[in-house]
Amino acid sequence: MNSQKIAQQSLRRLAVQQPFAMRSTMMRSPVAILGQNIQKSYRTEAVLTKESRYRQVTSSPNTEDPNQILVQQRLRRPVAPHLSIYKPQITWIGSSLHRITGCALSGTLYLWATAYLASPALGWHLESATMVASFGALPLAAKILFKSTLALPFTYHCINGIRHLVWDTGRALTNPAIIKTGWTVVGLSVASAIGLALI
Amino acid sequence: MASLRTTSRLLAASRPMFRPAFARTYATVEPTPSEQPKMKTFKVYRWNPDQPSEKPQMAAYDLDLNKTGPMMLDALIRIKNELDPTLTFRRSCREGICGSCAMNIDGVNTLACLCRIPTDTKSESRIYPLPHTYVVKDLVPDLTHFYKQYKSIKPYLQRDTPTEDGLEFRQSPEDRKKLDGLYECILCACCSTSCPSYWWNSEEYLGPAILLQSFRWLADSRDEKTLERKAALDNSMSVYRCHTILNCTRTCPKGLNPGRAIAEVKKMLAV
Repeated sequence: MNSQKIAQQSLRRLAVQQPFAMRSTMMRSPVAILGQNIQKSYRTEAVLTKESRYRQVTSSPNTEDPNQILVQQRLRRPVAPHLSIYKPQITWIGSSLHRITGCALSGTLYLWATAYLASPALGWHLESATMVASFGALPLAAKILFKSTLALPFTYHCINGIRHLVWDTGRALTNPAIIKTGWTVVGLSVASAIGLALI
Repeated sequence: MASLRTTSRLLAASRPMFRPAFARTYATVEPTPSEQPKMKTFKVYRWNPDQPSEKPQMAAYDLDLNKTGPMMLDALIRIKNELDPTLTFRRSCREGICGSCAMNIDGVNTLACLCRIPTDTKSESRIYPLPHTYVVKDLVPDLTHFYKQYKSIKPYLQRDTPTEDGLEFRQSPEDRKKLDGLYECILCACCSTSCPSYWWNSEEYLGPAILLQSFRWLADSRDEKTLERKAALDNSMSVYRCHTILNCTRTCPKGLNPGRAIAEVKKMLAV
């Protein structure tokens, strides 16, 4: 009787701590280790698992280490398509434009500054007077085109930069606000670029 | 769970011996006879690990929308049941709480079970696995690294001091309210795999989902390891690869806001 009690208690403890271990113990020999009470409460379980115990399992005679198969598979897994299939949205298109315009603007500045620095040595004429004269000789349409291609990246990058600063304070970070401010930036930058081009 | 399974097996045994050639599931809807068929094409990304040398390809399946349930998951289940049993995808709860069926549908990451099939039958629907993930098979992505990153932020209450009365750790309704919009995350990885920054830097950048969870523990008034948590994040890669692109907030199928959570993390790190 005592031994039965001890077995019962230890089983209960096991059931609380590791329900899974409990289940497999039950499956192996349901009657031998159980106290009467527990046997009663778990009888349905024991009966039901009996059928699954003798279930036929089909397996291939493949002796290859399954881990090795997994390793081989992992090496060959393709990367799911990303940029090419993601829907164009103001969020990521706007962000990539911000970066592209930033790189283009700073790149232009560095190129120009280096060329200006090197111009005396190379014999180029990049002084303000020559530049103004050559620009003035261009036809009007070319002038406007040239100015707007320089102005649009600048205005977009500046105004979107303000948007980023607002975001960094934790404001305007809701879905409607993101879309609204995004298109506002596009509108404002196009308008101001046209304004700058027409000066 | 095991008992449930065995019960269902018993139930299955009690069913009549003869069955219709194709068993109707909930993904299939009984059509009303007079309606014209509304055929829609679904293009699904396929790749089979057993033929690794073959390139991934898009398989086209045509379904009559009158006979299909309203959601993308219904369409996928119907394709698997009736057209092509080799199609592989994860799904479980079919109600947006398990996060298993996260995939890229018509260019946007979402849960197939929460995404309605567009009723426009002229345009086809394209279904891909989560972008820039390693593909296990068809629509099943390998999320091992994602889960490892989740583990790395220690997503559990860390506390050394017990409460005065030795009871549970309590917090005020206001403090509890700070966790709203954070605890609901189901870790479906839709946001992380929509983030271009995470595409290029997933090795080190934690990504929106994990950072939202980081903030969930930083914002918890009961947690006492805030300084350690902040120190773990304070480097150039973990958080600061976020460039506020906000694809995450745009795509979250649960309507959460990982972008705002990351902004709050950045603010906490800056102060």
